[in-house]
Order: sequence, then structure tokens, then C-alpha cells
Amino acid sequence: MSNTILEIKNLSAGVENKRIIKGLNLTVNAGEVHAVMGPNGSGKSTLASVLAGREGYEISGGEVSYLGRDLLEMAPEERAREGVFLAFQYPVEIPGVNSTYFLKAALNEIRKHHGEQELDAMEFLSLVKEKMKLLELRDDLLKRSVNEGFSGGEKKRNEIFQMAILEPKLAILDETDSGLDIDALKVVSEGVNKLKGPDNAQLIITHYQRLLNYIVPDFVHVLWDGRIVRTGGKELALELEEKGYDWIIKQEAVPA
Amino acid sequence: MTQETNSIETLVKKEYKYGFVTDIESESAPAGLNEDVVRMISLKKEEPEWMLEWRLKAYRHWLTLTEPKWPHVKYPPIDYQAISYFSAPKKKGEGPKSLAEVDPKLLETYEKLGIPLREQERLAGVAVDAVFDSVSVGTTFKAQLAEKGVIFCSMSEAVKEHPELVRKHIGSVVPYTDNFFAALNSAVFSDGSFCYIPKGVRCPMELSTYFRINASNTGQFERTLIVAEEGSHVSYLEGCTAPMRDENQLHAAVVELVAMDHAEIKYSTVQNWYPGDEEGKGGIYNFVTKRGMCKGRKSKISWTQVETGSAITWKYPSCILLGEGSIGEFYSVAVVNNYQQADTGTKMIHIGKNTRSTIVSKGISAGKGQNSYRGLVEIRKGAANARNFSQCDSMLIGAQCGAHTFPYIEVKNTSSRIEHEASTTKIGEDQIFYCNQRGIETQDAVNMIVNGFCKEVFKELPMEFAVEAQKLLGVSLEGSVG
Ligand SMILES: Nc1ncnc2c1ncn2[C@@H]1O[C@H](COP(=O)(O)OP(=O)(O)OP(=O)(O)O)[C@@H](O)[C@H]1O
Ligand SMILES: [Mg+2]
Repeated sequence: MSNTILEIKNLSAGVENKRIIKGLNLTVNAGEVHAVMGPNGSGKSTLASVLAGREGYEISGGEVSYLGRDLLEMAPEERAREGVFLAFQYPVEIPGVNSTYFLKAALNEIRKHHGEQELDAMEFLSLVKEKMKLLELRDDLLKRSVNEGFSGGEKKRNEIFQMAILEPKLAILDETDSGLDIDALKVVSEGVNKLKGPDNAQLIITHYQRLLNYIVPDFVHVLWDGRIVRTGGKELALELEEKGYDWIIKQEAVPA
Repeated sequence: MTQETNSIETLVKKEYKYGFVTDIESESAPAGLNEDVVRMISLKKEEPEWMLEWRLKAYRHWLTLTEPKWPHVKYPPIDYQAISYFSAPKKKGEGPKSLAEVDPKLLETYEKLGIPLREQERLAGVAVDAVFDSVSVGTTFKAQLAEKGVIFCSMSEAVKEHPELVRKHIGSVVPYTDNFFAALNSAVFSDGSFCYIPKGVRCPMELSTYFRINASNTGQFERTLIVAEEGSHVSYLEGCTAPMRDENQLHAAVVELVAMDHAEIKYSTVQNWYPGDEEGKGGIYNFVTKRGMCKGRKSKISWTQVETGSAITWKYPSCILLGEGSIGEFYSVAVVNNYQQADTGTKMIHIGKNTRSTIVSKGISAGKGQNSYRGLVEIRKGAANARNFSQCDSMLIGAQCGAHTFPYIEVKNTSSRIEHEASTTKIGEDQIFYCNQRGIETQDAVNMIVNGFCKEVFKELPMEFAVEAQKLLGVSLEGSVG
């Protein structure tokens, strides 16, 4: 059997009257780390949203299979329960909802979905303690409402903490590095690396090659105008850093 | 944007969980209201002459009044002659002396509602004065309360057993001249609860009453009176559910609280009357007058309400802050879904010096529901250094509901300070999606977000009530988001 986690074929998607993803192909196998880079507005977050099932996007063509199933047919919460995790570029605040309570509810939904016993408060807390060390997260954050009043960096760190608890099969990290200071970047990257395993995969959206010094990708893709226009190894990121996107886009303009 | 709106309005319906009718023969008065009916009620209850006189005065005054038209609610005219003003569960011979003698069917009803009386007696440590239709049927913990000198009984009993106390306080906070519904209630009130906490006593348990409308076409006119003497303390819980009905039922209760020097009354309500179906058919008209008088120095009255039921709610639990340094509080969650309408809020009347009041109101509107906050903060001339803090937040779920705020402020003393904060939020698609993305389905996400929104109010409720209230909120908003 193949160990393909995600297979996107000729995907086109957009919002009303606007196509954003324009025939995108991407295959992600278990154990792989893929980086997606690309200029502002090229469609990176849209791709993440479409994969996670956010409402309001129209799929006009193509298909996405996730662990052999039609991902686009699945409700967003089902995708999540099946192991799709999105670390948001802009995590939202949910006033009055305690972070620990929220995360426990999320984990138990996933466990229930897999026919596993729900964790009780004590079991959950010991899991939290263990994972907090991984991310060096301050425990007072978990006593507060979900993301409420968290600094930009704290929000990002909290996303990865949630990822650590929920242990997804496919983690999509949308610009998790932006807003992190140098030390936090290191901690978060190390956390992400520890979560990497032979059965899961990571799709990392970033603007900066800096992150890729810590999280070493197997593939680097350049997304431009809704398509992947170049795929390479980690050295592609270095090249981009040096030459910018113009270099690829110009080549792209030349008919292949 | 339009896609979001459409999806949010896909309504899936859920039957009202507590909709059932207990099959107990009820002894009802014929429909209609006149002086003879008032006399009949009084006679049946074996009331003293002064009580009848008071009822008659109220009735005559009521005839001169018209229904208030200012609330932001709409309903067809009520035919007061089509209502039966008295109904009581039929007793087999003598009235029940203990719970064991109570009609088992009745007890079963409470159990369905999740209020196993006998269980409660043993486990929860809550004294229950259960009002079924209009007459009290079971009272527990009486002995324990009596030991402390606390009186907790039905109003009918109080009129007979403690006439001097009732006579002194009834109508002292809400006179029968107060408003149309208060006048009606004063004329025909059937039963309710009476609590008296003597000087210096901390009531050893939460006092709780569960109300339930049962007989068809019977208005409910409870009257509750709580008197807390100097330095005493009491926490009172009121909760209710009603069976499913097609025709509208009128509920016009009056609650009066009196707090003397340093006394404290905490009054908590979870209101879950039948709200009507998703087309707006049926449901309870809940027109209530609740008012507390902080009569003594440094007395405190705190209202906490969670209003999820009723087709129409018209209710302003208020505080008259007469005593120097007295404190009034109002914490409210009001939820409207489908065609429910609520016009609720509070009045804080600052009369004494250094009086303080706090208002926290959370209005949640879903479906085609209309939710209005109406509040008055009045600082009278003598209320030097009075303080008020008001916070009114509204949350909208979907695009067809409405939230309205009518804050009135009247200040006649310049040394007072008033702060008012207000906000309106739409439950965010992005918040719901965030929850979805973590595996939490939309309905649970809405519950979570709404409960978070109401947190400041829930934390004022006694623990077990808070849990109940959260569940209720979930039930009320079921199907509000697609
Ligand atoms: N809901 C929407 N309505 C209208 N336009 C949208 C919507 N969502 C995305 N777009 C547009 O689609 C394009 C791609 O947006 P997207 O957020 O995917 O870019 P991105 O690659 O993540 O950019 P960045 O690097 O700045 O995060 C942008 O031009 C954006 O304005
Ligand atoms: Mg983006």
C-alpha cells in the first residue's frame, strides 16, 4: 500500500468571482516535510483553508484525496478528527472559553471519533504537563481564555502546543514563524521537529528561509498565482532568499 | 459573506425537552374575572378578611389600568375573561403532610424535570417548596429551617400562619398600584413562596422553588415575598420549566424582597418556560414584576437571572437602594431563539448615600428572536457618592435576529459616578471554524462560545445552578447555527 497522506490533483478554488488556486498539484507522503513559499497573495493561506474546509470557498475543479478518502467531501470537524490540523496564521480569540477546557474538548472529540476512551481531567492534565515542556509554554496561558490577550508569539506557540496535544497526521502550519522572536522560533521549531514521525507529515507555509534552518524540509515548493511553479530541495529556499521570487516568475513567464 | 449568512440560518429543530403534561385532575375555576372570582379565591384559601380586602382593592385598581405598551414586544391582545384564575391539583382527602403523601404522579413530574424531590431532600441539601400549578405540594427541610427560626413556606400558608409578617410586608415593595400586571397579580395571586430570615441568621441552605405551569388555560399568578431581617443572609433559587402547549399562557408573577440593615439576599433564577415552537406558536407570556428594597444600611440585594424560555419576557428585577451604603446587583443572561421576544433589564434607584449598583447584562439573539435590554439608573438628589457600573453586551447569531438597548440614566446628584459599557458582537464564523478545525462540531462550538460570553453571569450562580444553566443554554440554542 502507498503511504500517501495527501494528494492534490489539479485543484482550482476561489471565492465568489475570484479564482485563487488555479490548478494546483501536490503529493505529500508519510514522513515528509514540505515547505510552501510564495509571495503575498499567491494563495498559500487559501490552500490551507481549503484543505481544512473553511466555508466560503468554491471548489471549481480538481480533487484532493486524504488517506485515500475524498477530503473535500468531509466536514471540517471530520477532517480535524481524521488528523488534519491547521496552525492558523491568525489564531482567533474565544473570550470566556478556558484554554484547557477547549483543548480537552477537542482531544476528546478526536478520541471519541477513533473509538478511544475519553480522557478525564487528571489524565488530560498529565498529558498537558508533558507537552508543555516540549514547547516551554507558560502554564498561566492555559488558565486563560483561548488566545485572549495572548501576544502574537504566544498565540503561535499555543497553536503548536495544540498540535502537540492533538497529534495530527497532516499538520499545516501557516506562517507559524512570523511573529516569533529568535528564541521562540527555536523552541517552536524543535517542538515541530519532535512531533515529526514516520506516520505523519507536515506542510509548512513560510516566507522565510530562516525557519527552514531549524525545520529541514524534504521539499520546497514555490506557490505563485495559485499554482506550484517550482519544486526543489531545501537549497531552493536558500536560492529564493538570495534572488527573490522574480527570478522564478520570470522563468515561468517563458513558455516551457 | 452571503454564503456565511445563509449557512448560519439553516435551522434544524429540536423538540422542547420538557414538553409533557401531567395527567392529574385539576380543580379549576371557570374562566373569567370579577369580584366574585376574587372572593372565591380568597375563600378557598381560607384567608383573613384583610387579605380579601387588599385583593379587592387591587382588583378595582386594575380595572382602571391598561396594559403597558412601551415594551419592545409584540403579541395579540390578551382576553383576560378567557383565563381561569385558579387551579389546584386535586387532593385525596386531606392535604399532604409530608412528601410521602404527595401524589406520586406529581413527584414523577418533578423527576422528569430532573428534580427528584426525595433525592434532593437527602442528597442536595436544598429545601424545596414546590409549586405545582398554583398550590404548594411539598416542603422539605422545614424542621431544619425552623430550628434557626427561618420560615420557608407557601404564601397561602404564610397568610394563615404568619399574618402579621405578611400583612406588614406584602405590597410594601411592589404596591398593587405599581403596574397593570402587578395589580392583576395582587387581586388573584394563587400561591408562591414566603421566606423570613430572622435577625442575625445565615440561612443554612439554599432555598429553592420550582414552578411549573400545568393546567391548560390557567394563568399563573405567583407571589413571592422574602424578608431578611438585620444581619441575616439568604440565597434563593427559582427555576422552572413548563409543558408544551399550543395556546399562550399568561404568567404574571410578583416577587418582593426586603433587606434590613446589613442583610443580604441573593435571588437566582433559571427561567425555562415553554418558548413556543419554531413558527412562534404557543409559549408563555412571562410578565413579571420583581423588585427588592434595600431598606437597611449596608444591605445588599443581588439578582441573577438566566432567561432562556417564554415566548415573551417582560421583566425588570430592580433594586431600591434606600439604606445608606446599600448595594444592588443585577446579572442577567437572556436568550431568544426562533420567534422569542425579551424585553428585560433592571432599575437601580439610588436614594441613600454611598449606594452602589452593578449591572451586567448579556443578551443573546438567534433565529428571529428579538432581545431588548431596558435599564434605568436613577440617582436621586440625596444619593451622594452613588456609584453605578453597567455593562450590556449583545451577541447575535445569524442575520434575522435583533438586539436593542434602552439605557436610561437620570442623575440628580453631581457627586455620583456612572459608568456604562456596551458592545454588540456577531458570533464569528472564524471562531466557529477555529473550533471545527480542532474537531468540535458547530453546535458544540456555539455552546462553548456563548457560554464563554456569559461567564461573568454564570459565575454568580450557585454551582449546581450554573451547570443547569449552561445545559439549558445549549438546549435553547440547539439548531441556531447550520
Ligand atoms: N474571502 C476572500 N475574499 C476575497 N479575496 C480573498 C479571500 N480570501 C483570499 N482572497 C484573496 O486571494 C489572494 C490569496 O490570498 P491568501 O491569503 O491565500 O494569500 P497568501 O499567499 O496566504 O498571502 P500572505 O503571504 O500575505 O499570507 C489574495 O489576493 C486575497 O486577497
Ligand atoms: Mg497567508
